[in-house]
Amino acid sequence: MNVLDLIGKEIPPFEIPVERGKIREFAQAIDDDNPIYYDPVYARSTRFGGILAPPTFTTTKLFWHREGSTADLPGLDYRYVVHGEEEFEYLKPIVAGDVLTCEGKITHAYEKEGKRGGKMIFVVFDYAFYNQRGEKVLLSRSTMIQTGGVIET
Amino acid sequence: MGPKVLYFEDAQEDDEAPTLVTPQITRTHIVRYAGASGDFNPIHTDEICAIRAGNDRVFAMGMMTAGFLSHMITDWLGNGTLRKYGIRFVARVWPGDTITCKGRIVEKYTDGKRKFIKGDVHAENQNAQKVITGSILAELPSRNE
Repeated sequence: MNVLDLIGKEIPPFEIPVERGKIREFAQAIDDDNPIYYDPVYARSTRFGGILAPPTFTTTKLFWHREGSTADLPGLDYRYVVHGEEEFEYLKPIVAGDVLTCEGKITHAYEKEGKRGGKMIFVVFDYAFYNQRGEKVLLSRSTMIQTGGVIET
Repeated sequence: MGPKVLYFEDAQEDDEAPTLVTPQITRTHIVRYAGASGDFNPIHTDEICAIRAGNDRVFAMGMMTAGFLSHMITDWLGNGTLRKYGIRFVARVWPGDTITCKGRIVEKYTDGKRKFIKGDVHAENQNAQKVITGSILAELPSRNE
């Protein structure tokens, strides 16, 4: 597989309904008991007006799409793919009740020699999230790395 | 716990975040985060699969630890202040690890009426080995508004 062929590959847009139950589950999983994630009466009294999504909540996009995830990329083996980097840019708050649309694209793909020899493949996914009002609310970039063999770090 | 607010006037360069220490990480934490996020990559939750892939056991997904680190950040700066959060996964987190999340303000500045801080953040394990390095940009409210 020529890794350069991945550049420009688009992930078909999909919806992410932002739900109170999912926010609760996610906040528990990151061990955060902030009532803004759990208590609707308290949350409504804040400037956000509702249960707030935690900063890394859009990771739950995995729950909503199957097509186009790392596991589906031809030539990449999930056993040897590690998450290298992640970046978030926050534009507007995300609250329970929002329905986000996620658009994704592979914007970079390249190879590098690993420190211990072997070839590493880097694939960069850029995502944009829009809410039901068409406002861009968040951008994220994921850099996934296929290592030359067994993961060592 | 009332709403946490850090005002721009109270934030100084070199100020450090209140440290957040996670509970000892268990396979249950990993499974719970897998369910919450939808990351069912078996390398994190299936011991046999992880071992067959050359690891000696399952390891946590990077985004779980990034979530703990984000919790440290929102406790420190308040909700709704983050504008950028960038992280690099530099070492893996294993069941049995305890993770300490730290942060420090490296710059504060004003852009028109808007007030920002930049910070370095990181997560380290019980051996003081960094597992995540990162940076943040946050917009803080002013006492004068």
